[in-house]
Amino acid sequence: MDTKGILIAGVGGQGILLASDILCRVMMAADLDVKKSEVHGMAQRGGCVTSHVRYGQKVYSPIARKNDVDILVSFEKMDTLRYLDFLKPEGTIIINTEELYPPDVNLGDAVYPEDIIESVRQLFGIVKVVDATGLAVRAGNIRAVNTVLLGTLSSCLPLPLELWETVLRNAFSPKLLEANLKAFQLGRAV
Amino acid sequence: MKELLSGNEAIARGAYECGVRFAAGYPGTPSTEIMEAFATYEGVYAEWAPNEKVAMEVGIGAALAGARVMVVMKHVGVNVAADPLFTVSYTGISGALVVVSADDPSLHSSQNEQDNRNYAKFMKIPMLEPSDSQEAKEFIKLAFEISERFDTPVFLRSTTRVSHSKSVVTLEAPKTMEDRTAIRFDAEKYVMVPMNARKRRVEVEKRMRLLEAFAESFPENRMEINDPEVGIITAGMPYHYAKDVFPNYSYVKLGMVHPLPVGLIREFASRVRKLYALEELDPFIEEQVRALGIEVTGKAIFPYTNEFDPGIVERAIIGHDKILRALPERQLPLRPPNLCPGCPHRGLFYVLGRLKVFISGDIGCYTLSFMKPLDGLHSCICMGASIGMAHGMSKALGEKGRGKVVGVIGDSTFLHSGITPLLNMAYNHSDALIVICDNLTTAMTGMQEHPATGFTLQGEKTMGVDLAKLVRALGIKSVRLVDPYDLKKTRTVLKEELAKPGPSVVISRRACVLFKREKLPPGKPLRVDPEKCTGCRLCLGLGCPPIAWKKLVDPSGDQKKEGKKQQGIAVIDLNICSGCGLCQQLCKSGAIVEQM
Repeated sequence: MDTKGILIAGVGGQGILLASDILCRVMMAADLDVKKSEVHGMAQRGGCVTSHVRYGQKVYSPIARKNDVDILVSFEKMDTLRYLDFLKPEGTIIINTEELYPPDVNLGDAVYPEDIIESVRQLFGIVKVVDATGLAVRAGNIRAVNTVLLGTLSSCLPLPLELWETVLRNAFSPKLLEANLKAFQLGRAV
Repeated sequence: MKELLSGNEAIARGAYECGVRFAAGYPGTPSTEIMEAFATYEGVYAEWAPNEKVAMEVGIGAALAGARVMVVMKHVGVNVAADPLFTVSYTGISGALVVVSADDPSLHSSQNEQDNRNYAKFMKIPMLEPSDSQEAKEFIKLAFEISERFDTPVFLRSTTRVSHSKSVVTLEAPKTMEDRTAIRFDAEKYVMVPMNARKRRVEVEKRMRLLEAFAESFPENRMEINDPEVGIITAGMPYHYAKDVFPNYSYVKLGMVHPLPVGLIREFASRVRKLYALEELDPFIEEQVRALGIEVTGKAIFPYTNEFDPGIVERAIIGHDKILRALPERQLPLRPPNLCPGCPHRGLFYVLGRLKVFISGDIGCYTLSFMKPLDGLHSCICMGASIGMAHGMSKALGEKGRGKVVGVIGDSTFLHSGITPLLNMAYNHSDALIVICDNLTTAMTGMQEHPATGFTLQGEKTMGVDLAKLVRALGIKSVRLVDPYDLKKTRTVLKEELAKPGPSVVISRRACVLFKREKLPPGKPLRVDPEKCTGCRLCLGLGCPPIAWKKLVDPSGDQKKEGKKQQGIAVIDLNICSGCGLCQQLCKSGAIVEQM
């Protein structure tokens, strides 16, 4: 199996690093080699956060080059557009519809684009649009946006559901588990 | 057992597995998690020192007593620790001493991009460089073996990409080492006065020759001969970038980047047709290979600046990358990091930024307040620089600078390297104002303890230095305390202190809004009453993430207020508003109210 790549992108504070940790543990449970890479530090303070996850029989680089990512999971609507060139032409995109305004948009100096989903659909064949915040609220925890999107991602990967559930059970405290399992199922059903 | 570990966690694990029970450091991205992970292992002693120089000296002392010691810092921390390091290279140690330097190519979270491999050469200290988490765990062990065998401090160099990537690591049982600590006297070796240091200087060169010979047979300096057409000499993460795009080329993968295995490199060069030196930042390997009279290509095609990725390596070597199609270019609003909603720095820097003074800044979250719309910081060089710079600027300006120069520094940074420059201000009759932004923690790197928090790295209760008393003891007579959530009071106190002759210190104290232990109960999220908002935009000047400007569709319509055409209103995102109330204090029309 060649090395495959998933890119998870969004804004600091959205739970991206936990999501990519969970994804890596699922890959390990499936007996695959896996590496992930992200940058901490300044990025946590409302800046862009990306996490590359690469898996296969033997993985060298933890980050992908352009045109080499199989699935892009974008936690923020506009930020999808920042990373499109990482995707393979036949790649899959999962987009959370949540909009988080950067400072220039807040100040009225820039406009938040309105044609994001349409323009992405024009370029890529498989685009899954998810109201992850809405589904997280339905699952009982607004912070479970990341688990909703992992659920949607799981439906795009040929890995048994039990692996995901086992890893999720280990990832969350009993208090948070139920809402997160529900969030995962709602995301998977999208 | 297999575990998914970051490079930093793996370094901590490796140290623990090989019997290291003593570590010291100062937090700094991308190195911080090494100490945090190490501190959780059973039976270890780990401490945050106030700065890297102190950590280094603590480490040297422990190593002289015979302990195996790890000292951890980011790349610029080595600048701070450089003084003792240059000379412990002469003395050697009795136990073992490994210094972890976490470099930051691309300056993800740093003020510069220095390549600390140069320190290894400059200080005549061997340096190992792992490329992933498994190697990070193995190489720290090898570093300790080399330290013991050659009586030398050893560098382990990581980069952000190695420190913060996670990959699969095979764990081993920790070794328990016999306690070899004892008081040993050897003044000739450890008292570096000229007559002794001259002798040790010769020993350093002898040691370097032995290490050069050792490098030739060091198993982690590895030759992989595949396609003889292209050979790449590399180390660290770039090895993986190259293997990813060129799995069939030939490689020398260096585990030790100083000293280089000259014989191995000569042999490799003779076995491949085209030779590359692939390395981020400086042409450290390339220049040494060229000095051997070997033709090699490096910085002629690879960038000097920023970290690499597989695409950069591919483009440099084959002249293009396999981009299958180019997507339409699109300009998007940038998303720079920002102070958090409810950040105590916001109120302070809002006030400072409007006083028309020069604000000499320092390293911490508050450095971000240089951005619009706060415009609250005008220089930042290194840890502790704000105070000395403010004093120097104030002295140079003389009367022109009266009441116009402010230095700002965080609590952890003040204790790191702000105390001596503040003493200097008192001593040399300074006229500048220093503000200590005390958020009761080391927030930037993720809430690490320091000598004023009352706790140690391992969670033990301890003294917490009283900053106001400390500042007074240094000779500063005027010391005031403000709450940066109170804009009016903060402005008044700052203006009063600026007007006074002589040095003064204002301590702006409120816990970091993310710091669970000290944080005060949060306020209720606020909202804007659209009927009352006049669209004056005053609240937007805070640059607070939840406050946004909403343009009105028809400004001339019935939203006209007091005869002026209103262009828009402010809105607050209740999901991220912390309820700090700063915007409420600014709003002249009483339009900002609690959520219903």
